[in-house]
Amino acid sequence: MRIIDAKLIKHTVRDLSVKANTILRKDVLAALKKAYLSEAKKRPKELLKELLKNAKIANERQLAICQDTGMPIVFVELGQDVYIKGDFNRAVNKGIVLGYKKGYLRASIVSDPVNRDKPGYSPAVIHVDIVKGGRLKITVFPKGFGCENKSQVKMFKPTAGIRDIKNFILETVKSAGPDACPPYVVGVGIGGTADYACLLAKKALLRKIRNPKSEIRNKSQIPKFQIRKLEKDILTEINNLNIGPMGLGGKSTALAVNAQIYPTHIAGLPVCVNISCHALRSATKTL
Amino acid sequence: MKKIELPPLTDKIIKSLRAGQQVLISGIIYTARDQAHKRLASLLKKGKKLPFDLKGQIVYYCGPTPAKKGEVIGSCGPTTSSRMDEFTPLLLKAGLKGMIGKGRRSQAVREAIKKYRAVYFLTYAGCGALLSTFVKRCEPIAYPDLGTEAIYKLEVENFPLIVGIDAYGKDIY
Repeated sequence: MRIIDAKLIKHTVRDLSVKANTILRKDVLAALKKAYLSEAKKRPKELLKELLKNAKIANERQLAICQDTGMPIVFVELGQDVYIKGDFNRAVNKGIVLGYKKGYLRASIVSDPVNRDKPGYSPAVIHVDIVKGGRLKITVFPKGFGCENKSQVKMFKPTAGIRDIKNFILETVKSAGPDACPPYVVGVGIGGTADYACLLAKKALLRKIRNPKSEIRNKSQIPKFQIRKLEKDILTEINNLNIGPMGLGGKSTALAVNAQIYPTHIAGLPVCVNISCHALRSATKTL
Repeated sequence: MKKIELPPLTDKIIKSLRAGQQVLISGIIYTARDQAHKRLASLLKKGKKLPFDLKGQIVYYCGPTPAKKGEVIGSCGPTTSSRMDEFTPLLLKAGLKGMIGKGRRSQAVREAIKKYRAVYFLTYAGCGALLSTFVKRCEPIAYPDLGTEAIYKLEVENFPLIVGIDAYGKDIY
């Protein structure tokens, strides 16, 4: 058994909150650079350049990349051999408050969603997975609400096909249009239950953005192979929509499509699309 | 690039702007987002006085992050404009002349912009850190209980905008 003090969790969450909000993920930055280089039209190219400039200023001045520092989501992989000394949930939420204050991040959370009181920093949305071993992996994922508002979930019939899923993803991106800060990263969850498909879609955004071509290798893993092919195909279709940066046209409508699958029931096929703006922010540390 | 000095955003300037055009503005603008709009609209409906005179002014749909010590403002990019659509025609009727945000507007807003001779601007979405460099002064003037959603009076210099909807009803989208 390994003992981890809640204090360490608190301090880790604090530091990750600041890091996630001020330093753009390396893979996201690389994808933006790639989009900038491959964009031929003048206006989208200029706008992508501003996004890169913004990331640079935020990093250098330790300033929030976006004023919407999100609803803090904390993903935790808790090793089953770990014993946490102290109050885990309290440590996470205190860490968020400390980090958001330290980083001069925005208080965007209202405790009463209906009557809308003065916004504060917490609580975070916390997801814990129990895994093997004696490690504790913490990811802080501040999710902006311009894009969160564009999330959609649909319960398909079990007889629906891949084309139906693709159309739903395309329609969701179209309905987000210029509003949610394209170029997007599109998270897709397929299978499970309504709630679980949404969780998968959110988790998919945490997966590193890679060149979709490099993903398709092992055809023997049929579901995985199909899902990588779906990602690649739908990314091409999305980038043919000509939405582009700020919705003013161009081929950079999405930087990536990340999909996750899970088994589901014979009577259904839940699909969730969770869109991230170009400021896809997260930071991870393993204790 | 065309430079505009504010306030006010005069009819002459408004008439000269066309959807798609890039401009730089300098002068005073006011932040207001969801809850501030709700309150302003409610005051207008009751015929009460607003915390600032809307006539000839620009509102910016923005809720900034707090300023660090010795700095003017934190990150301050635009929020999604369509959430303000239901309140916008009322504000335009009261004399508001410009709005800054991101994304599309409703048909009703487009018509009101044309009717009241106003203009809707876009600015760089998701570039709050970059946009903070164009803000020279920031002062809260109303609704401090709303936190970041309070109304702030900003003095900006060469703040970059793109005309989204012009006074002729032409929409960039």
